[in-house]
Amino acid sequence: MSGQHNDDHGHDHDHPHAEVGATGRPGYYDMLETAVRELLIEKKYFSAGEIRRQIEVLDSRTTALGGKVVAKAWADPEFKKRLLANGRAACEELGISFYDDTQLIVLENTDRVHNLIVCTLCSCYPRPVLGLPPDWYKAKPYRARAVSEPRAVLAEFGTTIPDAVEVRVHDSTAMVRYLVLPMRPAGTDGFTEAQLAELVTRDAMIGVIPANNPEGARV
Amino acid sequence: MAMADLIVKERSAAIGVVTATDEVPVFASGDRIRIKNRTPIGHYRVPHYLRGKLGTVDQVIEPVAVDNEEEGYGRNAGQRLHYYRIVVPLTEIWADYVGAAQDGLYIEVYETWLERIP
Repeated sequence: MSGQHNDDHGHDHDHPHAEVGATGRPGYYDMLETAVRELLIEKKYFSAGEIRRQIEVLDSRTTALGGKVVAKAWADPEFKKRLLANGRAACEELGISFYDDTQLIVLENTDRVHNLIVCTLCSCYPRPVLGLPPDWYKAKPYRARAVSEPRAVLAEFGTTIPDAVEVRVHDSTAMVRYLVLPMRPAGTDGFTEAQLAELVTRDAMIGVIPANNPEGARV
Repeated sequence: MAMADLIVKERSAAIGVVTATDEVPVFASGDRIRIKNRTPIGHYRVPHYLRGKLGTVDQVIEPVAVDNEEEGYGRNAGQRLHYYRIVVPLTEIWADYVGAAQDGLYIEVYETWLERIP
């Protein structure tokens, strides 16, 4: 990623910026979206306020929620049992609602099984718990290769899975969403749930990397 | 078969209650299946790379769900059947798969896309 210009960076350095905001004509699909949205509002299927509200719902979902779920599962064996038995109900216990009517299956990584999530057809993702998926998750190379050469894909993320460990690729395409419960890192015995949650990254909950070790964490 | 269904089925049978055709799942955990190799027109949530492949039912997904593929065209609205979590060995999908023999692909497939194999 180094050398690339990231629009989300801080503004404590001095260099010229591209103009913020769209200056060209909207694209075909932008216009299509606007036209359909305006028609649906005009026909009173829903209001502009409801759309704005739904954007707030989506914006409130971030990786931090998933991190809390994982940390609680590591710290509380009874919660972990409930989470593995019914992911959605256990998340709802923590106040994480499932606005999109999906169920959630939580997949536990162990020293014998490594789980990886992909949606080959589009971008199905556990949005209620993780928010929006990263761009690479939606891009065709990941979608095609995660199901055909998962071990090579994992190796590119720096994750080498021994042959004795079973790789399970979960193609999330219909009614159920998936969340990986990574293995709890060693050396975290006295950690609080908040400290544990710091070790859990988005990529670990997709299954492309393990949870961070405490040394590398911002504790 | 999910434990709950098994219990319902057994209890129903014990007291002579007949369940409706689609009330209980047709397949149970451990059943050998083939994902049908159909190519209907439209958008179907069964990826092509899995059509015709042999697998095993890992789990019945509860509760029953509406058939999106029919519902999307306004046909047969309201019909509900089960999704099943299917596991297919990656070596069954890709002849030249590089990895361990036990590596598997897990996916939910709607009942209308599955056929039992001996």
